[in-house]
Amino acid sequence: MKDALITFSQKGIFCAKGDFYIDPWQPVERAIVTHAHSDHAKPGHGRYLIHADSEQILRQRLGQNILVETAEYGASFTLNGVKVSLHPAGHILGSAQVRVEHAGEVWCVSGDYKIQPDPIAENFEPVRCHTFVTECTFGLPVYQWPEEGEVMSQIETWWQGNQEEGKVSLISAYALGKAQRLLARLDHSIGRIFCHGAVHVVNEVHQRQNKLEGDFQYLSQGVKKEELTGALVVAPPSAISSSWARKLGPVSIGITSGWMMLRGSKRRQNADRGFILSDHADWTGLNHAIKETGAENIVCIHGYTDTFSEWLNHNGYNAMTEKTLYESGSSVIKQNDQ
Amino acid sequence: MNGFAQLFEGLDRTTKTNDRIRFLVKYFEEAEDSDKLWAIALLCGKRPKRKVNSTRMKEWAAEIAGIPFWLFEESYQVVGDMAETIALIIPFEEGENEVSLSGWMKKIIAAGDEDEETKKKFLIESWKSQKRSERLLFNKLIGGSFRIGVSQKTIVKALAKHTGKEESEIAHRLTGNWSPATHSYRSLIEEETGDEDKSKPYPFFLAYQLDEKSDFNLKPEDWYAEHKWDGIRGQLLKRGGDVFVWTRGEELVTEKFPELMDLKESLPNGVALDGEILPFNDGKPLSFNQLQRRIGRKNVGKKLLQEVPVILLAYDLMEYNGLDIRSRPLSERRRLLEDVVKRTNHPTLQISPILNFADGEQLAKIREESRKHYAEGLMLKKISSEYGVGRRRGAWWKWKVDPLVIDAVLIYAMRGHGRRANLYTDYTFAVWKGSELVPFTKAYSGLTDEEFREVDRFVKSNIIEKFGPVRSVKPALVFEIAFEGIAKSTRHKSGISLRFPRMRRWRKDKKAEEANSLADLQEMLSMYG
Repeated sequence: MKDALITFSQKGIFCAKGDFYIDPWQPVERAIVTHAHSDHAKPGHGRYLIHADSEQILRQRLGQNILVETAEYGASFTLNGVKVSLHPAGHILGSAQVRVEHAGEVWCVSGDYKIQPDPIAENFEPVRCHTFVTECTFGLPVYQWPEEGEVMSQIETWWQGNQEEGKVSLISAYALGKAQRLLARLDHSIGRIFCHGAVHVVNEVHQRQNKLEGDFQYLSQGVKKEELTGALVVAPPSAISSSWARKLGPVSIGITSGWMMLRGSKRRQNADRGFILSDHADWTGLNHAIKETGAENIVCIHGYTDTFSEWLNHNGYNAMTEKTLYESGSSVIKQNDQ
Repeated sequence: MNGFAQLFEGLDRTTKTNDRIRFLVKYFEEAEDSDKLWAIALLCGKRPKRKVNSTRMKEWAAEIAGIPFWLFEESYQVVGDMAETIALIIPFEEGENEVSLSGWMKKIIAAGDEDEETKKKFLIESWKSQKRSERLLFNKLIGGSFRIGVSQKTIVKALAKHTGKEESEIAHRLTGNWSPATHSYRSLIEEETGDEDKSKPYPFFLAYQLDEKSDFNLKPEDWYAEHKWDGIRGQLLKRGGDVFVWTRGEELVTEKFPELMDLKESLPNGVALDGEILPFNDGKPLSFNQLQRRIGRKNVGKKLLQEVPVILLAYDLMEYNGLDIRSRPLSERRRLLEDVVKRTNHPTLQISPILNFADGEQLAKIREESRKHYAEGLMLKKISSEYGVGRRRGAWWKWKVDPLVIDAVLIYAMRGHGRRANLYTDYTFAVWKGSELVPFTKAYSGLTDEEFREVDRFVKSNIIEKFGPVRSVKPALVFEIAFEGIAKSTRHKSGISLRFPRMRRWRKDKKAEEANSLADLQEMLSMYG
């Protein structure tokens, strides 16, 4: 793959002809970033190119002074003679697949993606290409998501049950993406909803961009314990077992993650409930997406790469794996994978 | 079966005993008697044997899911549970059915006698009619792998709450050789019957582990000290002229120990003895490893009977002249036990000696020498104690000797099962033989969840080679392995096998080169083997 349009180097996914990287994990001159999650958007690059909807979050996370260029979905531009465009990935607000074309050869780098419709992220759009670089975080047939509506009503039932017991419902969701998805989907008439600070700041960006509305508020120091009884508190995974959480009073803890599909992972979490909700494609989604690209060559990164590429080869694709540093750890639950 | 599937899910979800009791009581309140009986049987570990070959089950599931068999196996490696893997990959929409738990059990048991084609049809039709949660349960029941981590005590408490009966009565009713085929819910739990099953053992009374935190005051005149024998805890009953032997796992093992059956003639009628089934020859105990050669065999041959004869080394008496004497003080029960042993006058029945000691210091010294007697340590029993149920603090203590330890290097790792599925938690350890690392034991327990996660991360980024599910790992991590005994083995490359090995501590302070050698293990073998 030495002369390929895109290669995988020490620093990240690299297009030599266009002299740019996609989601590099070491500082580079020009980085096209698929979305603003921290394992994809690293600090220290010379210039960032990202979808317009992601700019504010990217600046919030990496600093106001970074150099950012933005693009809209489907609008192509040229970098050193290489044609590049961004396409919706359905993962979180502003998440994009990167289409790269040169001399008739088309590659598409998926970033993280899901097929299920999201209340905020634009729906995933398959990109026709010769080579598709795909994540496969959940690339095993045991991961098949239940309907989103079913999961939301499970969460609502759990919340109501906790209300009857006078408990706070503490739900963990990644601060960027999953948290807003919950806020947009859950029935706000059940009770009050509070958000941890890390979620709150991301909410504000969404609200400024008119991407999120509803009746929820920042769980500031001023909120009294009594106000929390029967409420839903949305917090990032890291806060669930912190001293912050212990101050909320009696809580029931729920976790939203694709890993909750397996009883073993669920039990490891020391949570009261695990809800199967992921911003990644499930088994069916991955297979569907790959088929829709029409690609012959598939490069599997991030997840059950060995098994998934073997499965693709079994189905007549020319599939291979590449190592990346995106947090996957197929068993250890990392925040970004939830 | 939906109600039981919900119960199963609820029990699976929480580790809090009170929640579990609440779920159980709720189930008992709502279920029919025939379903309650099956639920109790299943919770007590009385599950039907496997009705469908598991390879067939996997193949059929893979076939309807449209995936190759190897991909099923890979998925199973990650999920760590076959029944769950199958339930997850079945592509059918959820179905509806009105079949109760006992109805499903009837179907499942009947399916066992059918030919493969009929079994396959039955499985597929069943899956189509079930909800996801029912599928998991169904797969476990038909595959013979149903297991749930609910203690007997929790079940007893829930049933006592449900029926308003005493916990001890429920515990007694649940012991023994009953099954849904021989009993109804009423006859098992409710009915006052005169003809109690004469084979019924008493629930075992258990000791707490003595450690620095224990509230223990040693006045020699208040306590009996005995060796803690290293055999199988067992109960020997003679009622109505018949002898019954039960293990602590409440397995009826009379036929496995013909030596104990020999006591049928000489033992007085109407007694229940508690003691250790101990390999014993030439007036002294043998190592547990010897006994292990007899465990698990259906038929014990003459040669083995000669090489590893067993005795019952008795230490308590719960029934005398057909009367339950558990509430009498230990001193009195001991006197009656001595009388029974004397009257029996048979070499197969002996009594565990009371050890004399003047003070704690002397007692500690006796404990230090336990291994010499093939004992695991000491038992301390309050002379005034009654024979209780389950584990109760303060009456009986076990004071084990410190385990043997060795520092070893982690060289292979496999993913675990259950709550450790998808995490590398099953390790193989090695010691040095010159410049070579020789594997000598596996260990799965002893680390905290946090440590397991840390090792898991290390394994994932330091894999050298893959052999099926096993990963060879860069030899860098050193663990202190603790174990209770050591024996020669022809089945292991190292020539030794360990008893109850576990990780006692992660020696982050040590490098791989600083781990122990095979010579160190061989020295232990010559001292304690």
